[in-house]
Amino acid sequence: MSSGLLFSLAGLGLLVIGAWALMLRAHLIRKVLAINVMGSGAFLILVGAGAMGEGPVDPVPQAMVITGIVVAVSATALGLALVLRLANATGKPALPEDRQRDLMDEEGQ
Amino acid sequence: MKTSRIHGEPGILLRAVLVLLLTTVIVGIGLVLFSQPPYPSLAGVVEDALVSRGADNPVTAVLLDFRGYDTLLEIAVLTATLAGVWALGPAPLIRETAPSPVLLGLNSVLLPLAPLIAAYLLWAGATRPGGAFQAGAVLAAAGVLFIISGRRPRQRLPEALFRLAIVVGLAVFIGVGLGVMGGGRAFLQYPADIAGAMMLLVEFAATVSIAVILAGLFVGGHPGSDP
Repeated sequence: MSSGLLFSLAGLGLLVIGAWALMLRAHLIRKVLAINVMGSGAFLILVGAGAMGEGPVDPVPQAMVITGIVVAVSATALGLALVLRLANATGKPALPEDRQRDLMDEEGQ
Repeated sequence: MKTSRIHGEPGILLRAVLVLLLTTVIVGIGLVLFSQPPYPSLAGVVEDALVSRGADNPVTAVLLDFRGYDTLLEIAVLTATLAGVWALGPAPLIRETAPSPVLLGLNSVLLPLAPLIAAYLLWAGATRPGGAFQAGAVLAAAGVLFIISGRRPRQRLPEALFRLAIVVGLAVFIGVGLGVMGGGRAFLQYPADIAGAMMLLVEFAATVSIAVILAGLFVGGHPGSDP
């Protein structure tokens, strides 16, 4: 198994874990974190796949990923600022339909 | 373990659909990954085009020369994000606690080194791994370290200077892109003989903007009301 394939498969795992948490968790900071984990997975898939072929490593996915990382960081910052404002305004860091849910203890159900 | 389901908890049906969906994603991407190679490599194309261009590092060349639009739009996204965060209101106040002596000691070592490392990364970007984003990130990290130390500069820089630093990356990028037009060249299509200098100029301005924007995003709001 080439290291590129290993990176890509790890990225696939992160993508799925992040998607799971994004859909099922109510706490908005968890959702922001989940999007981050998903993004890291997508980056790993891209860079890993670029390193799988014969010959030199493909620089184009690397350049795309470095662009993506910066955009992901700024999107996270904006997301967190929005969560903070929402929590200050409504008292709970959750979407309206999730307000009734227990935000801290989501594992024991 | 709760006995009664709380209103709004995701039910078993939703979970089942999600499992099905994610399995499809795993199988789909997995199939692509195991077909060798997953997509045709552009390494050769980049290598051929690198001859007599301004940057020898393929990643830098792709970022600033071949796919300059991506990088331009990325800096535009960064600038827009900071505008969005500022629009949400003033920055939350960082508590004025006595900073840890470890942090202060670390700062006194790291903060003077940060501009040196950033300058090296920026210069190295032309020939080996490095470049504006890495240099900007190092400077932004130094800014974050300074912010969490709770110290305030004795004299505040005028806000206009901050605003200028935030937009200079985007402005220089667009300016250079427009400036090289003429003689049949397209937007951002650098003439071969000055491509290296143009890229360095763009990267320098971008480094300043990226550093200030990332540190500004960490502050988390408009700094105007900061004492």
